Amino acid sequence: MGKKVAGSGPCSRIPDNSAFKQQRLPAWSPSLTAETVLPFFYIIGLVCVLLGVALFLTVQKIQEIQVDYTTSGTCDACFEMRSNKMSASVKCRCSVDFSLKENFQEDVFLYYGLVNFHQNLRRYMDSRDDGQLVGRTTNLKNPSTYCEPFAYNNGTPIAPCGAIANSMFNDSFTLKYLPPTGGVVIVPFYRTGIAWYTDKNVKFRNPQIENELLPQVFQGTAQPFYWQKPVYELDPSDPNNNGFINEDFIVWMREAAFPSFKKLYGILNRQSKAIFEHGLPAGNYSVTISYNFPAQYFQGKKLVVLSTVSWFGGKNIFLPIAYIVTGGVILVVAVVLTVVYIKIGKKGLNMEE
Amino acid sequence: VSFCRKEERRVRANDREYNEKFQYANNCIMTSKYNIITFLPVNLFEQFQEVANTYFLFLLILQLIPQISSLSWFTTIVPLVLVLSITAVKDATDDYFRHKSDNQVNNRQSQVLISGILQKEKWMNVRVGDIIKLENNQFVAADLLLLSSKNICTHIPSAHLMILGEVICEPPNNKLDRFCGTLYWRENKYSLSNQNMLLRGCVLRNTESCYGLVIFAGPDTKLMQNSGRTKFKRTSIDRLMNTLVLWIFGFLVCMGVILAIGNAVWEKEVGSLFQSYLPWDPSVDNFLFSAFLAFWSYVIILNTVVPISLYVSVEVIRLGHSYFINWDRRMFCQRCNTPAEARTTTLNEELGQVEYIFSDKTGTLTQNIMTFNKCSINGHAYGEEESGTSLCEKEFLRLDFSFNSLADKDFCFYDQSLLDAIKLGEPLVHEFFRLLSLCHTVMSEEKSEGELVYKAQSPDEGALVTAARNFGFVFRSRTPNTITVQELGRPVTYSLLAILDFNNIRKRMSVVVRSPEGKIRLYCKGADTLLFERLHPCNQDLMNVTSDHLNEYAADGLRTLVLAYRDLSEQQWEDWAAQLHSAERAPDYREDRLAAAYEEIEQDMMLLGATAIEDKLQEGVPETIALLSLANIKIWVLTGDKQETAVNIGYSCKMLTDDMTEVFIINGHTVQSVREELRQKSMPAAHPSSNLLDSISGEYALVISGHSLAHALEADMEREFLDTACVCKAVICCRVTPLQKALVVELVKKHKKAVTLAVGDGANDVSMIKTAHIGVGISGQEGIQAVLASDYSFSQFRFLQRLLLVHGRWSYLRMCRFLCYFFYKNFAFTMVHFWFGFFCGFSAQTVYDQYFITLYNIVYTSLPVLAMGIFDQDVPEQRSLEYPKLYEPGQLNLLFNKREFFICIAQGIYTSVVLFCVPYGVLSQATGSDGIPLADYQTFAVTVATSLVIVVSVQIALDTGYWTAINHFFIWGSLGSYFTILFAMHSNILFSIFPNQFHFVGNAQNTLQQPVVWLTIALATVICIVPVLAFRFLKLDLKPQLSDTVRRAFTKTQIRRSRRPGALGRLGRAGSRRSGYAFAHQEGFGELITSGKNMRLSSLALATFASRHSASWIDTLRKKKVLQLVQGFKHLLATLYSGSGSLVSASFLAVKNKGSDLGSFVI
Repeated sequence: MGKKVAGSGPCSRIPDNSAFKQQRLPAWSPSLTAETVLPFFYIIGLVCVLLGVALFLTVQKIQEIQVDYTTSGTCDACFEMRSNKMSASVKCRCSVDFSLKENFQEDVFLYYGLVNFHQNLRRYMDSRDDGQLVGRTTNLKNPSTYCEPFAYNNGTPIAPCGAIANSMFNDSFTLKYLPPTGGVVIVPFYRTGIAWYTDKNVKFRNPQIENELLPQVFQGTAQPFYWQKPVYELDPSDPNNNGFINEDFIVWMREAAFPSFKKLYGILNRQSKAIFEHGLPAGNYSVTISYNFPAQYFQGKKLVVLSTVSWFGGKNIFLPIAYIVTGGVILVVAVVLTVVYIKIGKKGLNMEE
Repeated sequence: VSFCRKEERRVRANDREYNEKFQYANNCIMTSKYNIITFLPVNLFEQFQEVANTYFLFLLILQLIPQISSLSWFTTIVPLVLVLSITAVKDATDDYFRHKSDNQVNNRQSQVLISGILQKEKWMNVRVGDIIKLENNQFVAADLLLLSSKNICTHIPSAHLMILGEVICEPPNNKLDRFCGTLYWRENKYSLSNQNMLLRGCVLRNTESCYGLVIFAGPDTKLMQNSGRTKFKRTSIDRLMNTLVLWIFGFLVCMGVILAIGNAVWEKEVGSLFQSYLPWDPSVDNFLFSAFLAFWSYVIILNTVVPISLYVSVEVIRLGHSYFINWDRRMFCQRCNTPAEARTTTLNEELGQVEYIFSDKTGTLTQNIMTFNKCSINGHAYGEEESGTSLCEKEFLRLDFSFNSLADKDFCFYDQSLLDAIKLGEPLVHEFFRLLSLCHTVMSEEKSEGELVYKAQSPDEGALVTAARNFGFVFRSRTPNTITVQELGRPVTYSLLAILDFNNIRKRMSVVVRSPEGKIRLYCKGADTLLFERLHPCNQDLMNVTSDHLNEYAADGLRTLVLAYRDLSEQQWEDWAAQLHSAERAPDYREDRLAAAYEEIEQDMMLLGATAIEDKLQEGVPETIALLSLANIKIWVLTGDKQETAVNIGYSCKMLTDDMTEVFIINGHTVQSVREELRQKSMPAAHPSSNLLDSISGEYALVISGHSLAHALEADMEREFLDTACVCKAVICCRVTPLQKALVVELVKKHKKAVTLAVGDGANDVSMIKTAHIGVGISGQEGIQAVLASDYSFSQFRFLQRLLLVHGRWSYLRMCRFLCYFFYKNFAFTMVHFWFGFFCGFSAQTVYDQYFITLYNIVYTSLPVLAMGIFDQDVPEQRSLEYPKLYEPGQLNLLFNKREFFICIAQGIYTSVVLFCVPYGVLSQATGSDGIPLADYQTFAVTVATSLVIVVSVQIALDTGYWTAINHFFIWGSLGSYFTILFAMHSNILFSIFPNQFHFVGNAQNTLQQPVVWLTIALATVICIVPVLAFRFLKLDLKPQLSDTVRRAFTKTQIRRSRRPGALGRLGRAGSRRSGYAFAHQEGFGELITSGKNMRLSSLALATFASRHSASWIDTLRKKKVLQLVQGFKHLLATLYSGSGSLVSASFLAVKNKGSDLGSFVI
């Protein structure tokens, strides 16, 4: 046998003595010990319970009222009218009365809600052309094939195209306060500021053609089948709230994840009238609806929701309850673990096995 | 032998023109698969033969159909391309190295005889019919017909080689042990057999040079014909993984069907009304067709349960583990400058599951070096080693033999008193060594004055004669009738009157010599049991003392021989000589008569003493074996050696101990006797009394010899044999053929469902190495044949403990943790779609952004789990060696099995439920602090995705037991990359360029600024993680694994010295008396020497001797079993004993002095 002197010579094949290659990298090996796990459980449990309680108290202060107006009040007739195809485009107004037991403090938000309306169907969600909505003139006249069958109306490109835009919610609401002293006070609402800033300013843009006004820009496009007015006339009161950047439109285009949802309609204007400076006073109210959106096709319900918010949002009883329950369960588990650890455990800890 | 004319091969020496007519392959070999042009198509074609890849291709095609495309095409193509390219890069690297090695081999130089002159030629230019010259230690370039060889004394001028003979032989084939052909030369016909061949890949040994005619070249050589398609080994995890993937496919289809049914119902009940808002596709005319499309859509979005990156990740992890094996300095052998090598990168985790090790003996457990270690002369023991002496002290104590100019420099002995006794002239000590120098069959060769080379037929004998030589009794030369010895510088010539040869029954040999003074003396050496019976009664006291010494030696696993002499008077000698003469002439029962004659004279001998030879074990063998058995690994030794030798080694490496209840020896020659023996043995072993204590104390061992094994492996007995063998703590199979080695492995593989590992170093182990689940090749001093066939190779048996207990264990652990987590994370990710299906009208709407789906598996969650799979350690390496029991979970398959899989899946599904329900519960009602509802799809998608990434990151953090900087980097990096990519994907810039692709614009900032969203994520994380934590803690508390205990014990109190397995230090010195006799010696040499016919034993002669011994039972074996597995061991035979004489030693890559294995290689 050749007695090679190996080890350091240049032809030595000895592997490097690096921590990496020898698997001796400095490392932290945590392990689940009673000293770490049990306190962790107690702390987490406690934190959850406390957080839950805090949230619960916060949520208690939030007022919310939901009014189902599908067929209630005088809307019965409108519902019937919308069910009948012949009278689908006939205007119909109705109103529903309700009362607030307590004052709605501070900012009050008005929502409309739909129950059992599936905005989350795959083909429904695909049926839009963001290129068109961001104001690309090429897409304006050439809507994406995803919009089919709501892309063309007898060869005229539809703007905005697609099933989502086509099915846009088009009821409108007027809320009236009926003070105990008599009379009717119309509750003023801001109709802008209800969409995300990014949506309003980035995602949705009107097509711009130099020296042309909005109606001219949209020349050569058709309005969606179910719409009663073209996109550039959605808000007659505010010329800057028309076209693709109409906030009702933007709100509608942000599809809901679940079949029952609510969308923001307006924010109480507390400046314009002194009576609403601190929110909505308790009392009787009536909401007048211009009833356009047919409800029988999705066998659902339509709601009006009034709500206040706190630092973490609107009325949401699930979160605090879930926290309290989770925290409670964790505390119980922690106690069980402690008992098990003290009574039965430890045995496995000695080395002799 | 006649060949079909078309098939036969005609080769004319030195006639290239003639040979070219046949267009034989030239000697250029190509093992590479691709070249630059063919790489892409061929590699892609190969990759798409993988079911998984084809499946994803199929998915891709599905996604291109707009009606069912629920996901963009890139969600599949990006991972697919990534996976394909990683594999392609790996294949390309492999092939590059193959190209390189091909080049290197093809460009080796060889000397070719061209027009009478030796010229240097590259290997690839060597043609069939060329005559090439080989020198010592050179590789054989092609399959050669050996023409002539030059050893020490012969010299053949090259001109003589200008023969113009012609060879007609069989066409190329892969039978290594066969060659048929005829040589026509000068009108003479010579038949050629395998003996005449030198095969490519062999190394020329012990021969200065030789000439050979190229018969087969390049791809036609036997080596290349054999190197074809090696059987691809798969690990049990691999097989389990494939099954699980199939199950997952099934699961996927079930989910698809459920959701499709849901779709049908929904479309019928709700969707048909909703048509005014969303009409059905033109192609869809009823809800059933819609359901059919929904099925495929769901197959697309749920495809992530079948993880595309699983296979490639597993490969990457295994590759990493293989590198760790290659890099391990503690598996590097300084002396031979060889690091360990993982030759197969796909078996690592199986190293952590080994239950049976099949080991060769010679060269694997032992070094095949015999050393004269101790002796007992006239009741005085010499050579007791003082324990505790360090290596350098030992060097200092080493005896100085400089007084003796003929001494062998390599000989070591450490007891000065023996040398003193010699110098003082103690007569018995002199007689002792005189015996050793006279009573043997060693040949000596004196190259130059004083430079003696002994050619011993067995290494034991060589060691004894060398010992005598160093102590001043130098055996110098012999003739048929004389032996010349240099006794303390004085040449003395004894006349050799008779050699009473050794055989297995006699277990002794004697010589009768007449000293120059005329005294006749019989010298005898042999097994203690036999010699003690034949001593003169006056030796009783000495015998007792010697026998005590022998017991000590035997307990140390030394091979012992007892030496004795007898003075014969002239009369006695003459009487006996006459008797011997008549016995030799006897027409019948010659052997019996001879034996009787021998018996007669070997009586009333005077005891001289005993020798103890150490069959040098490889370093650390007993410790390794002890450790491995503590790890519940059963070690079977399969050796070609004789039973005594094998048992002896069994003792010296502590496989057998004197504490054992019983060592069964099965030695029967017939089916009946073997069966009976087996039955008889299995009685106590298989049914140990039900008492637990008894079964613990009852340790059994089984020794079975090859001829019995041939019967035991019969179909009707193998079960019985296996059952008995498995009850035994140690199993030793001796005198087994390579084929039997493979059969034994196969037997265990078949019936025990256990992972087997075969370790060996020689060509005779190849079949076993290839058969076992894992083959380990010991890259000894010589052979590479075993290494070439192996999956792992290193140079010391003891590295096996590191390979299994450290690397194997970690690999298994890491792979299991990796798989558990991998399935978990994919289920947690994918099943959310399923729950969402119930809310979105089963329309196959995904929950997540498609970019998230694309990147989840390849960016957000791949690296942390890879880092865990590569670097994780539960306990430090020293601990797994200190607590071999830590190895057990792997053997029992505890860490990843179907049960664990279902637990992972259940955890994944639970997580998906939480990840869906908590955000659903919260967000469906919630509004942000600005009053804007949070129930929109995009907010929901981002919330769920973020929760998912956080939950699986926390989970991997829990699973990671060993946080290196890399783990930190990957885990934090993955989280960081998630948020970075999220914000990038939702940025204005990307949207303004591709508004239709990145419609989540602004979503990240709007969603993640809401406190409710973070409260939701936190709640989901807590609900997902807390149960896991609780269960783990409970498990740790109530049913801790040994690894947990070890880990905790050492993190708590750093110092707690481990108890080393107690069995190691103790010498098994029990009361039972055991003979340490073992002698690797063959019968027949005495006769050869005295006959004087052939003082230079040809290898052929040796082969005959060897085969005579064992041919009969091998024949029976041959008849019964088809010899498929037989690999190149035939060549060993032809070459093993080149030692004493002329011929070439064309080892088939591996040649060692496996003298003792000789008998078993004759096939």
